[in-house]
Amino acid sequence: MTEPTAAPEDDSAVISTQGLTKRYRGGQLAVDALDLSVPRGSVFGFLGPNGSGKTTTIRMLLGLIEPSGGTARLLGEPMPGSARRVLPRVGALIEGPALYGFLSGRENLLRYDAADPTADPRTRAARVETALERVGLAAAAGKKARAYSLGMKQRLGLAAALLQPRELLVLDEPTNGLDPQGMREIRALVRELAGDGSTVFLSSHLLDEIEQVCTHTAVMHRGRLVTQGTVAEMSAGARGRLAVTTPDPGEAARVLKERGVSDLVTDGEELTGDPPPGDLAELNAALVRAGVRVRAFGVRRASLEDVFVSLTGEGFDVAG
Amino acid sequence: MSQAEAAEPAYDGRPAAAPPDVRPLWALGLFRSELLVTFRRWRTLALLAVLAAVPVVVGIAVKAETSDGGSIGGGGGEGPAFISQITNNGLFLVFTSLAATLPFFLPMTVGVVAGDAVAGEASAGTLRYLLVAPAGRTRLLLAKLTTVLVFCLAATLTVALSALVTGALLFPTGEVTLLSGTTVSFGEGLLRALAIAAVVALSLLGLAALGLFISTLTNSGIAAMAATVGLLITVQIVNAIPQLDEFHPFLFPNYWLSFADLLRDPIYWGDLLKNLGLQALYAAVFGSAAWARFNNRDVTA
Repeated sequence: MTEPTAAPEDDSAVISTQGLTKRYRGGQLAVDALDLSVPRGSVFGFLGPNGSGKTTTIRMLLGLIEPSGGTARLLGEPMPGSARRVLPRVGALIEGPALYGFLSGRENLLRYDAADPTADPRTRAARVETALERVGLAAAAGKKARAYSLGMKQRLGLAAALLQPRELLVLDEPTNGLDPQGMREIRALVRELAGDGSTVFLSSHLLDEIEQVCTHTAVMHRGRLVTQGTVAEMSAGARGRLAVTTPDPGEAARVLKERGVSDLVTDGEELTGDPPPGDLAELNAALVRAGVRVRAFGVRRASLEDVFVSLTGEGFDVAG
Repeated sequence: MSQAEAAEPAYDGRPAAAPPDVRPLWALGLFRSELLVTFRRWRTLALLAVLAAVPVVVGIAVKAETSDGGSIGGGGGEGPAFISQITNNGLFLVFTSLAATLPFFLPMTVGVVAGDAVAGEASAGTLRYLLVAPAGRTRLLLAKLTTVLVFCLAATLTVALSALVTGALLFPTGEVTLLSGTTVSFGEGLLRALAIAAVVALSLLGLAALGLFISTLTNSGIAAMAATVGLLITVQIVNAIPQLDEFHPFLFPNYWLSFADLLRDPIYWGDLLKNLGLQALYAAVFGSAAWARFNNRDVTA
């Protein structure tokens, strides 16, 4: 997705921040000198535990919160200064949907569309219907929003972000509260939107979600950017773990250790460890020669979770 | 950023360089939407229903008390202004009802609507979506202010119309004897009633601006409503304490009942103008404060 261009990096970046910082009244540092660059056309996963500063960053990008330091550019224009010019081209779902319970789903969308001074009132009704169909809410559009389930509210929030063709979609935890089927549908929708040419900036605390959907990712931890790059690079950066399943764990552990497998962990019939360099087939042959009965043998690809743990030295829990 | 148009229509061809136009007429859509949302809330309708009920109750009470030929207030208790004239002319029920609701009922409903205007959107979370739409903070606040003013007018007219209908049904109508003793035609009486309704609605301007300012201070709609109504009650109490009369000319409800001066011939403009001036001052001060606060505020809800 990243075509080589002669233009400087920033020109192709849909979102770019430099030293973006937010310190709340009371001294809490929510975002600390963030340098983020989201390439055009990417599906960008913004990853971090709850409380790591993702939502504060998103709110600064969208002009809801004034940064206490640094700069943010959205679609090449400074925020929050150019909000009125930039935001019509950006669809957003921020910290869950928010709806008028006493209005129907359709009326909610009509209201949000009316708030956009660049939205043509003549095409409003048609655009609302299209957005409702796109998220699978056409049948429930006449129901009062307060009667919606959490999943339906989430879809309606997404529909609001899709009222116009958008260059950038900022989706904060879009699959929150959805059942597995709903999650699959939303992820499919995200891929479809990206296919249509929108850049998608997706925040999540679900690692596998980012792995499934995103081309690029950045990892936040305690208000700081830990790393950013393509998902492929990130996973490749962390080495996979060797996993052996055997009814003879004791003997297997001895052989593996002898052959240079480090950080060996035995859990019942399963052993995992960092493999030594070289062909792993030799390792398997050695096990078999030693009379170890092997049920399964292979390398587990590193997950983003492994990357996260190796980068922060911590588990993926709520930041304190 | 516009070299490769034809080659890759996928995303390079997006109109990145041309931001969408803001059409002045389209920008008005928010005002319409705001009115719709406010007047579709059952809370707003309930407030208006209560206001509409007041003249009916007053009318029926007066009718019941005078049906045996007695006169109002014979027991020595004092009713609201003009109440003794109602039996002569149903039109006076309009003036009585406005005089009865203006101290608390009417401004209370305005306090609820104004207090909820921004804070209610914040507590529901809809504020952030309106702002990223992007409604624009100034435009949104203007839409809110306009809607609150429309509500002031709607609330006053609700009282006046309900009183007019009730009065016409229960009591005789005809030529109107003004406070100064002059008699005018019923038509002119109606015109004066309309003017009074307009003045009463304008009297609520100061409170509306105050409520809107309070509404920008908090993320809780309930807190903003309670604070606005609480402030109204406090000011009314201070306004009723004679020892504090040095402050009275600066309190927004001080000249509220001056609308009665429209029933004189010639009209006595002194207090009427003072009232309108005071409301304009409140609106300017608290309107700007609301704007300053709302434009610099972090929207975290």
